[in-house]
Amino acid sequence: MVFIGVRAAPMVALTACSVGVTLAMQAAHSLQSLGAEMYIPDLVMITLLREMGPVLIAVIVIGRSGSAVAAELGTMKVSEEIEALEVMAINPVQYLVVPRFLAMLVMLPALTIFGNYIGILGGWAVCRFALDFNTAGYIIRALESADTWDLYSGMIKSVVFAWIVITIACNAGLNVEGGAEGVGQATTASVVQALLAMLVMNAVLTGIFFFAA
Amino acid sequence: MKDNGETIIEVNDLVRRFGDRQVLDDISFNVHRGEILVIMGGSGCGKSTLLRHMIGSMKPTSGSVKIFGEEITGMKEREIERVRLRFGMLFQSGALLASLTVGENIALPLLQHTKKSPDEIQQIVRAKLEMVGLTGFEDLKPDEISGGMKKRVGLARALALDPELLFSDEPTSGLDPIMTAVVDQLTLKLTQGSHMTAVVVSHDMTSAFRIATRMIMLGHGSIVAQGTPDEIRNSSNPEVQQFIHGQADGPIPLNLSQEEHKDHQHVRPRPFLGGRFRFHHKHP
Repeated sequence: MVFIGVRAAPMVALTACSVGVTLAMQAAHSLQSLGAEMYIPDLVMITLLREMGPVLIAVIVIGRSGSAVAAELGTMKVSEEIEALEVMAINPVQYLVVPRFLAMLVMLPALTIFGNYIGILGGWAVCRFALDFNTAGYIIRALESADTWDLYSGMIKSVVFAWIVITIACNAGLNVEGGAEGVGQATTASVVQALLAMLVMNAVLTGIFFFAA
Repeated sequence: MKDNGETIIEVNDLVRRFGDRQVLDDISFNVHRGEILVIMGGSGCGKSTLLRHMIGSMKPTSGSVKIFGEEITGMKEREIERVRLRFGMLFQSGALLASLTVGENIALPLLQHTKKSPDEIQQIVRAKLEMVGLTGFEDLKPDEISGGMKKRVGLARALALDPELLFSDEPTSGLDPIMTAVVDQLTLKLTQGSHMTAVVVSHDMTSAFRIATRMIMLGHGSIVAQGTPDEIRNSSNPEVQQFIHGQADGPIPLNLSQEEHKDHQHVRPRPFLGGRFRFHHKHP
């Protein structure tokens, strides 16, 4: 829990901040030519809440925690630790997978909320210092633009992503065969599979939430 | 074969194939309460595979394995767990959980399966560590101790629940002669005192002859010889003689490296250069 959540926070903060700043700058560039700077906060807010927040933070967690879980469980498999648990009549799924599963289901959405805040802060920095927005204006605009559904949809996404990431990571780890080489392959496979599955699922969910409805 | 008391393990016509390779071929034997059965044989002869069938982590192609009179080959995971609570297993590498300390490793089965208080558990942990000569090592991590120590901690963990039956996979390989004697004496004492039964896989001949009440020698997946240590020592079988005297020349064919791959079904080593060339070919 500490590993997946707390220690990932600085990385999430940096990423989210960069994304917020980038979004605001891009938005500024395009929207200024239309004379619609006032919509910059809307764009930052909605993009972050709905898409960039959940997706990018899932990317970080896949790279950091998903791979770590796969490698850890894989190493345990290779060094007979999993078998030892089974022989001690301790169910490895209950003992090893369940706590990781819960940690991921709690921490990924939590990190996403945290990342959203930081991202919005990044957007504010650009608006405030480069574009002469005033702070109150930014906040009001941002709050007006987004409704709770934007937040909830992002949260639902990040819970689904958490489920995908941890399932793939644990599965890859527990099915390792063939020593250190196998652990490496499983770790890589878990990252690649989790990324692909997460991005496809994101497209599907966006379709369901915002396109079909 | 002497018959004293209750049969703890009963293996009948055990056959295991990996693909078309016969790893275990028609193995049958019994182990009675209080006995120490030593299973010997060269690397890759099927010793570890046989052990894995006895602890229920592998299922045989055909045949039966009964532990404490219960057939375990067809058991579901839940039922097997019940049987497993009654035996301990020492793995070849110790198989300690790297994320826990030595003490926590030994406490793990107690925490999971008993309702003892933390104080009681700590006391048991200390007692078990003392038994294997590692007093005061509770708070070290498995990475911080040597391979031989890990093995002894593994033994302490296997004994944590005071099992009726102990499986040991090469308990003395990697230990110095003195520690080997300590572990051997411990095994002997436990089988005499608490009527524990032990199955020991070993190719340490000194240790094997010291502890065994009965011995089985495996070769190419079948039983080459079985009997008391004296019967094995005086066996007229040339393979047995070659093995117990450790001679390079003899009837046992030396295809060990190949055999080793047979035993563990690991990823086959790919030809490294071949792979490289293909890689360059595809992406010039």
